[in-house]
Amino acid sequence: MIGFIIRRIGQAIIVIIGVTIIVFILRHLLPGNIARAILGIRATPPAIAAFNRQNGLDKALPLQYVTFLNQLLHGNLGFSFKQNMTVDAIVVHDLPNDIVLVGVSLVLALLIAIPLGIVQAVRRNKLTDYTATGIAFVLYSMPAYLLGLLLIAAFAVNLRLLPAEAPQASTIGGVLADPSGLVLPVATLTLVTVALFSRYMRSSAIDSLTQDYIRTARAKGLRQSAILSRHLLRNSLIPVATLVGISIPGILTFGLIIEQLFNFPGVGLAYFNAAVNGDYPVVFGITVLVAVATVLGNLIADVAYAVLDPRVRYD
Amino acid sequence: MTDITAEARPGATPEGGEAIRHDAGWRMILRAFVENKLALAGLILVVAVVLFCFVGPFFYHTNQVATNLLLVNEPPGAKHPVGTDNLGYDILGRLMAGGQSSLEVGFAVALVATVIGVLYGVISGFFGGLADTILMRFVDILLAIPVVYLFIDLATEFKPTLLLLILVLSLLSWLGPARLVRGETLSLRVREYVEAVRTMGGGSGRIIIRHLVPNTVGTIVVNATFQVADAISILAVLSYFGFSLPPPTATWGGMLENGVNFLYDGYWWEIYPAGLMIVLTVVAFNFIGDGLRDSLDVRLQRR
Repeated sequence: MIGFIIRRIGQAIIVIIGVTIIVFILRHLLPGNIARAILGIRATPPAIAAFNRQNGLDKALPLQYVTFLNQLLHGNLGFSFKQNMTVDAIVVHDLPNDIVLVGVSLVLALLIAIPLGIVQAVRRNKLTDYTATGIAFVLYSMPAYLLGLLLIAAFAVNLRLLPAEAPQASTIGGVLADPSGLVLPVATLTLVTVALFSRYMRSSAIDSLTQDYIRTARAKGLRQSAILSRHLLRNSLIPVATLVGISIPGILTFGLIIEQLFNFPGVGLAYFNAAVNGDYPVVFGITVLVAVATVLGNLIADVAYAVLDPRVRYD
Repeated sequence: MTDITAEARPGATPEGGEAIRHDAGWRMILRAFVENKLALAGLILVVAVVLFCFVGPFFYHTNQVATNLLLVNEPPGAKHPVGTDNLGYDILGRLMAGGQSSLEVGFAVALVATVIGVLYGVISGFFGGLADTILMRFVDILLAIPVVYLFIDLATEFKPTLLLLILVLSLLSWLGPARLVRGETLSLRVREYVEAVRTMGGGSGRIIIRHLVPNTVGTIVVNATFQVADAISILAVLSYFGFSLPPPTATWGGMLENGVNFLYDGYWWEIYPAGLMIVLTVVAFNFIGDGLRDSLDVRLQRR
């Protein structure tokens, strides 16, 4: 299994290098001259040439790529064109807010989706299962911003119970100081994540239910509750690690949409604002970061599966 | 298969040629529709939405090009069953027009993405070895890049045409089918009938086109259904971020994005009908995909 893990890590490194190459190519394919974007449309040709020389933009592309990769390896994501800050500083500043939003939503989603999947599997093809499946289907098919919008319309506009906007403090302390503003963004992200997870949890629990060890447990006279908690729940948890790992890109995309909708001060909103303002270093820095998170998520999912499930054997 | 068993089971696949093998895949899908209520419900919904969008305008005439500022933000009434928007467009008519572009994009993306994905996957799986490793790592790389993020960036640079939108979405959607078909091909290429074709002198091209692709048709069709749902859903998200067909072309996502501005004014008819159409359509395609997958799984196990 050590061999499998090493091979898998090697693959992940190759994929990450591939991602940086593609991001680099995209950055040079996009129309618009970087120097002109920074210096403005009235910049003189000598000023543009000086800017290009200063930022290494006059060198050959492969050389520029090596510089780019070298910077990334040193943890340097670039320097914002518009905000007089490094991209690292922007990410470090906003990331705690995302950890709160994504972390809380993810934990809540798991706490709902796991028991729900088990209940659906046990009461399969009964009313409970159909209702839950139906709701999950609708939530899954609904664009995340539409769900957020419905929640805003109901709880902020009509009932006036909760604010329609996330806390506007930029620091993590300020965000936590206003928990009522967190309710709607967290609820939206939780619901879409539950919809994403519950389909997998249901089929995984159904799979476990048909296994021999469940029949053995029943045969030796174990109570239903003991079977569910000691055998079914524990075995259904194995795919959860995989599920969380492979869902990372989806959750981050939902996060971006929700941050934009609720004006939540996270990395996703920073990305959105940078894209609108043509702040390329921020755009590509965050793109690389999300891609790395995706690859790591897949890696962790695969390794966790191999470690947690002794039936899985790799040669 | 001997003659006796073939006769003993009426309706069983007769022995022999490839064409019948191919046919059986499609017949299996048709049967799945009849047997699975979920898939059937989805199919009926899809047909209803398609009729509404493409046949509806012949009976309900509206002007979806010229704005009319004398008719802005009218609530639903006798002349305008679902009201008008902030530019004076009739919303019922606009739902039909928006549905046309959304469905066109959805179907076209599913078709293009499936064709590219199937060919890529079947070639990768069939030849295996180093070629397979390189082709699949390339898929991994593209899958790792957050596409919705990049679209937002593109939105600030381009105003797409229908064709460009289809092309860009397809180029990003073929990765899923490529992986699925590659996985199936890996298990199919060692089957006896592939060996048989080889012994009889059939080339790689023949094996791929006449044997491997027809045998993955179940997986392909199920996946293509989900592709339509995903494309319509992504299109709605992109419209929300401003990456959409320029006005006066209508899209459901664009209508929703426009309607959000009037959330606090209580103009509900400018928001919810478009949202409802998106959800209905995406749910319908997901129903079909899920239903078909369930029946095909059962059938494949029965074989």
